[in-house]
Amino acid sequence: MTEAGEVGSGPRAARSTALPATVHAAVAAAFREEAGHLTAALVRSLGDFDLAEESVQEAVVQALEHWPREGIPTRPAAWLLTVARRRALNRLSRDTRYAAKLSALVREPAPEPDDRLQLIFTCCHPALRREWQVALTLRAVFGFTTGEIARAFVASEEAVAQRIVRAKRKIASAGIPYRMPGPEELPGRLSEVLAVLYLLFNEGHLATSGSGWRRDLSEDALWLTGLLCRLLPGEPEALGLLALMRLHLARADARFTETGDLVRLADQDRSLWDHEAIREAVALIERAAAMRGAGPYQVEAAIAACHAEAPSFESTDWMQVVALYDLLLELEPSPVVRLNRALAVWRVAGAQAALRELDGLAGELDGYHIYHAARGELLSEMGRDEQARAARLQAHDLTHNPAERALLRQRLLL
Amino acid sequence: MKYILLFCGSRDEARPASSPEDVQRTYASVGAWLTRNSSRIGSIHQLQPPDTATTVLLEGHSRPIVKDGPFLEGKELVGGYCEIDVADLDEALDLAKTWPGRTRAVEIRPVVAHDLPAGLDRP
Repeated sequence: MTEAGEVGSGPRAARSTALPATVHAAVAAAFREEAGHLTAALVRSLGDFDLAEESVQEAVVQALEHWPREGIPTRPAAWLLTVARRRALNRLSRDTRYAAKLSALVREPAPEPDDRLQLIFTCCHPALRREWQVALTLRAVFGFTTGEIARAFVASEEAVAQRIVRAKRKIASAGIPYRMPGPEELPGRLSEVLAVLYLLFNEGHLATSGSGWRRDLSEDALWLTGLLCRLLPGEPEALGLLALMRLHLARADARFTETGDLVRLADQDRSLWDHEAIREAVALIERAAAMRGAGPYQVEAAIAACHAEAPSFESTDWMQVVALYDLLLELEPSPVVRLNRALAVWRVAGAQAALRELDGLAGELDGYHIYHAARGELLSEMGRDEQARAARLQAHDLTHNPAERALLRQRLLL
Repeated sequence: MKYILLFCGSRDEARPASSPEDVQRTYASVGAWLTRNSSRIGSIHQLQPPDTATTVLLEGHSRPIVKDGPFLEGKELVGGYCEIDVADLDEALDLAKTWPGRTRAVEIRPVVAHDLPAGLDRP
């Protein structure tokens, strides 16, 4: 008997120890859709972020135990709510100071318009450091367990638990409010949320080790970005990030060979790209551009679209790519953007011109493997083989991602 | 919630001294800021520079030791502070962002809510 058995456990799946991927995907989808709602509803009725978040986490852990064995309940939201409320009740009844909160829990929370936004903005408050924002968003909004977060970020469970405890302690002690930022604050606060989502997306997108089942961070990040676009329809940067993510995913199948080797953009089989998805993403960019609020995600999406729409690497509109990087540098100057611009300059003005640009970045990017890999390619084209080899070796030694290491090893043999 | 805004700067000898007109202008805009936010501001103090400080060392000594100079070493210093009473951190951030004084940074610290013994309450 599950703790929330009376809510209706739905059709029972046959017991099996090996859990089919489809069940996991369905469980993940249910959490993704419900955990944020549930946390938001409990914060509203309890007025206590910590207690609400903790209770939902316990419900999630319970569900992970029961659902794969017994099937996903017909009303997953009601199942989770029942367990989470019972958990909160148990805790509160141990503490007499919380009598008022107890009575709030007994009442069924009134349905509200989607209030997950408040939750997201609280989890991504700029007064919390980035790694705390990430961990808290994954738990409170997506319903990840601490263990899942630890696996996704190759951290220990203790370290992740510590981040969540510290984040929630700061929310309480520093008085971080549980509400939407005002219109004046919104652009700055939204860019904080988008940065967290892009980080999650990239973490999933670049992940190569598939040791057992794990939730797809990219899919979760894409889903939440889509939700933000629906809830904040007037924000072009949210649309820009959504388009950027879709453009990355549309080309994902061509990024790796069947044996898991990374394929460079120039060598990718463009017939494997999802051209329907690319068209949709370009339409999103156009919708965002019509709102007249240029921002870095829209420009990055436009650059990705230049690549995605080109029939071949050679026919890419490199002039346009360089111009977009110039715009990006105006909006958000960074040495990595200058490096990417230099690689586009290579196609327009040749290796020598690109190398000159890279030389100006030596100090800032000396520890960045892509910088050395790019130098290796340029020097090799210019016939300076000894220097090219040295640069590629340095790139290889600085790389941790196994797929990138393999690609660099292969380039070293050329 | 009560917070203290700490007005932080650095002992930067190279920084040019403000002209008397600049100082006057800064005081005027600080005055306007105080008037505008008077309902949320408890007390505000500018501190004399660290070389006027005297420190009493307590722990690790058999009796209190008095020494010249500030306790905190290093380049950074607190040049003043302001007590505010606002709804939450966002409101404190709004105040800090509009602080018009010549200050490198404003650190926001929540105040621990202690129950004072009877008779010690503030008026």
